[in-house]
Amino acid sequence: MIRDITIGQYYPAKSILHRLDPRTKLVSTLLYLVSLFLFKSISGYLVATVFLMAIIRMSKVPFAYIVRGLKPIIMLLMITVLFNLFLTRDGDVLFHAWIFTITEGGLVTAVYMAIRLIYLIIGSSLMTFTTTPNELTDGIEELLGPLNKIHVPVHEIAMIMSIALRFIPILLEETDKIMKAQIARGADLESGNMIQKAKSMIPILVPLFVSAFRRANDLAMAMEARCYRGGEGRTKMKPLHYQKRDHMAYIVVIVYVIAVVVIGKYVPLHIWVF
Amino acid sequence: MDMVQTEKLVYEYEKRDEEGNVIGMSRAIDEVDIDVKEGQFIAILGHNGSGKSTLAKHINAILVPTEGTMWVNGRNTSDPEELWNVRQSAGMVFQNPDNQIIGTVVEEDVGFGPENLGVPTDEIWQRVEDSLKAVGMIEYRHHSPNKLSGGQKQRVAIAGVVAMEPKCIVLDEPTAMLDPVGRKEVLKTVKKLREKKQVTVILITHYMEEVVDADKVYVMDHGRVVMEGTPREVFSRVDELKNYRLDVPQVTILAHELKKRGLQIPDGILRKEELVEVLCQLN
Repeated sequence: MIRDITIGQYYPAKSILHRLDPRTKLVSTLLYLVSLFLFKSISGYLVATVFLMAIIRMSKVPFAYIVRGLKPIIMLLMITVLFNLFLTRDGDVLFHAWIFTITEGGLVTAVYMAIRLIYLIIGSSLMTFTTTPNELTDGIEELLGPLNKIHVPVHEIAMIMSIALRFIPILLEETDKIMKAQIARGADLESGNMIQKAKSMIPILVPLFVSAFRRANDLAMAMEARCYRGGEGRTKMKPLHYQKRDHMAYIVVIVYVIAVVVIGKYVPLHIWVF
Repeated sequence: MDMVQTEKLVYEYEKRDEEGNVIGMSRAIDEVDIDVKEGQFIAILGHNGSGKSTLAKHINAILVPTEGTMWVNGRNTSDPEELWNVRQSAGMVFQNPDNQIIGTVVEEDVGFGPENLGVPTDEIWQRVEDSLKAVGMIEYRHHSPNKLSGGQKQRVAIAGVVAMEPKCIVLDEPTAMLDPVGRKEVLKTVKKLREKKQVTVILITHYMEEVVDADKVYVMDHGRVVMEGTPREVFSRVDELKNYRLDVPQVTILAHELKKRGLQIPDGILRKEELVEVLCQLN
């Protein structure tokens, strides 16, 4: 099941998007996410769709691979759509049975909401598809840099993130090992209802936690032995530098945001069938 | 100048019962005097719980002595002002290869030490390349450490220490978690490194085969140094070594047993070839 989740995974390819500075991608993604909530009309959606399609094309990430990333959020999407569909009371009633009422407004909101959520997820997963975890943490560290002045431990947060990323595969492997060890001792992890299954996880989680703490202790010692003393006075092996393409990317994104807002507002393309 | 020198080094820790109350003090290291000259290859041997790893952690100032003093490259490790200088002069490689690699890419991990030292970016790249070449891992520079074998991970860890350009490298049981192939790999790397960079090496281990090339061997037991000398001197006292629960190399035992049976064989045979030579010259 864990293997199915493609959100947040890096997809190695050689595209202009992959080469962009992680800060550019982070800021652009944020702008894009905000832009999705700045319009209401179909014309806005059209602009956003064209933009998103262009970006997907540029990223060289296969479209099918991106769609697969949507699978884990289908449930969430359904719930949102259903709530919007049945709870919005606006305009003509299209359907009524028992306590369920669908109105024209509800249908429109539900469809718009679904599109918005899908675009939201595709947009942000495009960022993680094209950015390695290391670049991402470097980018976050740089962008949050100013917060250092109000004593937010930015460097430490970035360090925690990158160490977590390094240890995910190690801990997964370890979980597998412990599970096998417990099964060999007669542990039953498969049968029973939800509560029994949850209970049977205890003999796996306890050793996993103990070992994780031991690893953390070892790692802290190894880091200190290599003269780690926080972010102060530290140089970077791979410092971030904006290139020409990053400036271009910023311009493109800003033009898009302006376009989506202006067109969304002044080109009222309300071709709605109802 | 001595690279590492200790004078009556004592390290005590509190013994606690299950509720965490102190029930007494325990001496992990008991009045140890060692001294290591620059460029030497020193081995510290000992069984589990002999205090050898505790001693190793003193060289890097991860632990500081309860009593006595330890000098590394002429600096007192108990002095908080000297902490980072001590750590830079004595690099440390630990036992578990997984728990000492910080980077998610090999080259970034090797760069971690120099980054901490505040080395300029261009020089970091130079150092990373040099040290990865020195341990023979340059072709893996863009790989994820998770995909490497134990021996390869340990070589990356050694490169990470070498990149900090220490005068002395302490290896704390670097081969304990490796298979025989990985062990050979790591030892060969250490040997090559000594030839290329002339660093002082302190190898802590309980495998006696690993120390035959050492300039000097210390044997520890219950926190004390119980034997010291060249490998030949130490290995010639086979019965004593067995007392300290150390596995004497097979050749050495064979030579020792043959001698006991009356053959004219010198003490402290370390290598197979040596024994063959000696046996061929008999009668």
